[in-house]
Amino acid sequence: MDIPYTVEERSDTGLFNAKLGIWLFLASEVMLFGGLFSAYIFLRFGAPDGAFHEWGQELNIPLATLNTLILISSSVTMVMSWASLKLQDIKKYKLYMGLTLLCALGFLVIKYLEYTAKFDHHIFPSTNTFFAIYFTLTGLHGLHIIGGMIVLFYLWIPGRKMWLSNSEQFTNRVEIVGLYWHFVDLVWIFLFPILYLL
Amino acid sequence: MSSYTHHDEPFYRKYIWSTDHKIIGLQYGFTALFFLLVGFTLMMIMRWQLAYPESPVPLVGSIFGEDGILLPEIYNSLGAMHGTIMIFLGIVPLAVGAFGNYIVPLQIGAPDMAFPKLNAASYWSYLVGGIVMMSSFFTAEGAARSGWTSYPPLAVIEVGQTLWLIGMIFLITSSLLGSINFITTIVQLRAPGLSWMRLPFFVWAQLVTAFLLLLAFPPLESAAVLQLMDRVAGTSFFLPSGLVVSGEILDVSGGGSPLLWQHLFWFLAHPEVYVLILPAMGIVSEVIANNTRKPLWGYKSLVFAVVFLGFMSFIVWAHHMFITGMGTAMSDFFQTTTMIISIPSIIILSAFFISLWGASIRFNTPMLFALAFLPMFGIGGLTGLPLGLAAADIYLHDTYYVIGHFHYVVAPGTIFGLFAGIYYWYPKITGRKMSETMGKLHFWPSLIFMNGVFMPMFIQGLAGVSRRLWDGGLEYAHASGVLHWNEFMSISAWLLGLAQIPFIFNIFYSLKFGEKVGKNPWDSTTLEWTAPSPPLPHVNFEKIPEVHREAYEYSVPGRKRDFTPQTVPKKG
Amino acid sequence: MSTNHDTKDIQQHIKVYMIVFATLAALTVATVAASYLDLSRGEAIFLALTIASVKGSLVASYFMHLISEKALITWILMLTAVFFFILMFIPMTSFIDQSRLG
Repeated sequence: MDIPYTVEERSDTGLFNAKLGIWLFLASEVMLFGGLFSAYIFLRFGAPDGAFHEWGQELNIPLATLNTLILISSSVTMVMSWASLKLQDIKKYKLYMGLTLLCALGFLVIKYLEYTAKFDHHIFPSTNTFFAIYFTLTGLHGLHIIGGMIVLFYLWIPGRKMWLSNSEQFTNRVEIVGLYWHFVDLVWIFLFPILYLL
Repeated sequence: MSSYTHHDEPFYRKYIWSTDHKIIGLQYGFTALFFLLVGFTLMMIMRWQLAYPESPVPLVGSIFGEDGILLPEIYNSLGAMHGTIMIFLGIVPLAVGAFGNYIVPLQIGAPDMAFPKLNAASYWSYLVGGIVMMSSFFTAEGAARSGWTSYPPLAVIEVGQTLWLIGMIFLITSSLLGSINFITTIVQLRAPGLSWMRLPFFVWAQLVTAFLLLLAFPPLESAAVLQLMDRVAGTSFFLPSGLVVSGEILDVSGGGSPLLWQHLFWFLAHPEVYVLILPAMGIVSEVIANNTRKPLWGYKSLVFAVVFLGFMSFIVWAHHMFITGMGTAMSDFFQTTTMIISIPSIIILSAFFISLWGASIRFNTPMLFALAFLPMFGIGGLTGLPLGLAAADIYLHDTYYVIGHFHYVVAPGTIFGLFAGIYYWYPKITGRKMSETMGKLHFWPSLIFMNGVFMPMFIQGLAGVSRRLWDGGLEYAHASGVLHWNEFMSISAWLLGLAQIPFIFNIFYSLKFGEKVGKNPWDSTTLEWTAPSPPLPHVNFEKIPEVHREAYEYSVPGRKRDFTPQTVPKKG
Repeated sequence: MSTNHDTKDIQQHIKVYMIVFATLAALTVATVAASYLDLSRGEAIFLALTIASVKGSLVASYFMHLISEKALITWILMLTAVFFFILMFIPMTSFIDQSRLG
């Protein structure tokens, strides 16, 4: 006996299991980052007037802007790879998935450059509360990128054979991983202004 | 998709790397019972020091040094780890991991959980977290010693906390995976005809619990990450500027606040209280309906009460923080919400009591535990009200009164509920009943000694004895009048330990010699009793059941039998 | 499996994705530009968070298909949003009250 609704949708909820599962996971992620955002506001209130803004001046806005654009692009290629599967075009899928991974890699490289530049200037998490929360938030976000890349890579090459045996389930998989990926993008959309611009 | 049914699995697939919710439930169950025993043992050791301060601990004293005296540092470690183990490694995994895993899919007529591999991952993450926690006892620094609440700055500067935090992150991941699985399973895999208002109350309790775990735990995870950063990366999230430790100003950037931790911690830890109690309430509701042979009184109000309770539990957290210097406006807000949240609890408890009205009750062991749950939880709940009122809390905060209050909720409350569940569902799991004689030998002493341990705590607490004193308050004049209770409580605790022997023995004895039973030994109505005992590996039911009626159709006038299972079609 | 109708739908989607992409890129540039404007702290925070919220809603609505998602998901997310805002309430509990007391 198979577990029902792994692929097909349950009629009263209109969902297959993994769709509900990933949204629940994302809900918990909202609360995880929520805890950190809350800490950010708390520390910002607690710091001397304008200190957070001043400390934030050390950050490299052009690089971060570039990174924002890269991550947004990766979201687009992600959703395009899913749309390609919907159009039964596995070749395009491979292309877009590869591009998504490339963007993710580019994001991490830039993040690495930013981090090392900070360390070279002797700026560490222990420097002040702004950099403490900056490194924690971006570090955790970076871990989410890395985690996502592992799954994306799996779906790009080794996991792709499922396309032949069960294309619908494979498309679903790409869709739910895509949801995660867009969420990571969404988190960055908020991180960018609060850390770099404000 | 490949077929989910496997035959003749090798041993390690069947019992160790299993994805069957029943095996995972049992893994959770045995691990959690083991940790409960460990946590209880730590407390029995601490009670020696409280009863006979600075005299060598018998039997295990040699572990603590040559003269066998329990030193303050180790006492603090035992205290912190007792709380941590009991809550995060014992009760939650037993109530949610074990009962939720084993019973929920059966009660909703599902072949398994929605994500079996995730389910296994959840258990293994829990086990790793448990091992990391326990391993901290064997490190040079020793285990965490800053209380289960891990308040900074103490927790940041005190040794032993790093492994606690890492263990915690594993445990949070585990319950996160578990809660996603529970919600998806309950929403998606209900058998045909099992509409929301036909769900057994236990499933509702588990559903609300899963939502609490899903949404309240992540903020603690973020707080744990921040505290870990404070410890390993030298940040100052929780360290204020100019903090003086051992006469010197701490060399950190400062600018943080210990209050931030308290807020994030209690944002989880208050819902956590309901994570501890709701599954037990669910179990008690099943046992009561079955043994009163009556429908549960006010099923719908119970459901709405439990949902409202879950929601409200997110906005009461700061009643743990009345004496942190929070302003009066905030205290007003939180004491109001705290009073409001007591209403659904009272609704639930009242509905259980009214269910007993006019019933011809079967006093078997599960029912005895379920019945004892009601007044015990009642005492725990009602003694909580003064703590929810800011003015009274200023006096009672951090005294033994608080310890007495929440132990009444969790020990003779939740744990009795869990015991009831073990006796009640044991026949489903093994195909045999547990011995009634030994069950009663377990119940009566447990009831008496539980009260022997916790009732005097109210007396001590009202006299103002602090909860964290190594010598039990020997140095304080105001405590002198109530200190003689320490010996009484300690002896009760050790006898309570002895009272668990019949239970442990019973579990193994009945496996082989218990009375053999069929599918439905208790004449129950819910779906799990339509599956074979034990349910079939991986698929549970011979065929997926169809549900035609509500959960508790007991003693319906005019029917031949006094119970009508949910699967019996309605006539006409 | 994939009917003609489906294919048309998806092609329509792809057009929307491109429009959203362009909007997101434009808003990114706009928010950076706005940070160089001579605004008061409060105005700057308001503007940046508004732009971020618009961008976030675009990603959630179109890339994550929330705009046409099932009611159950929407309910769960609304519940989460409520608790998220309660979480944001934490800093207020500590600061508003204290500053009011002076």
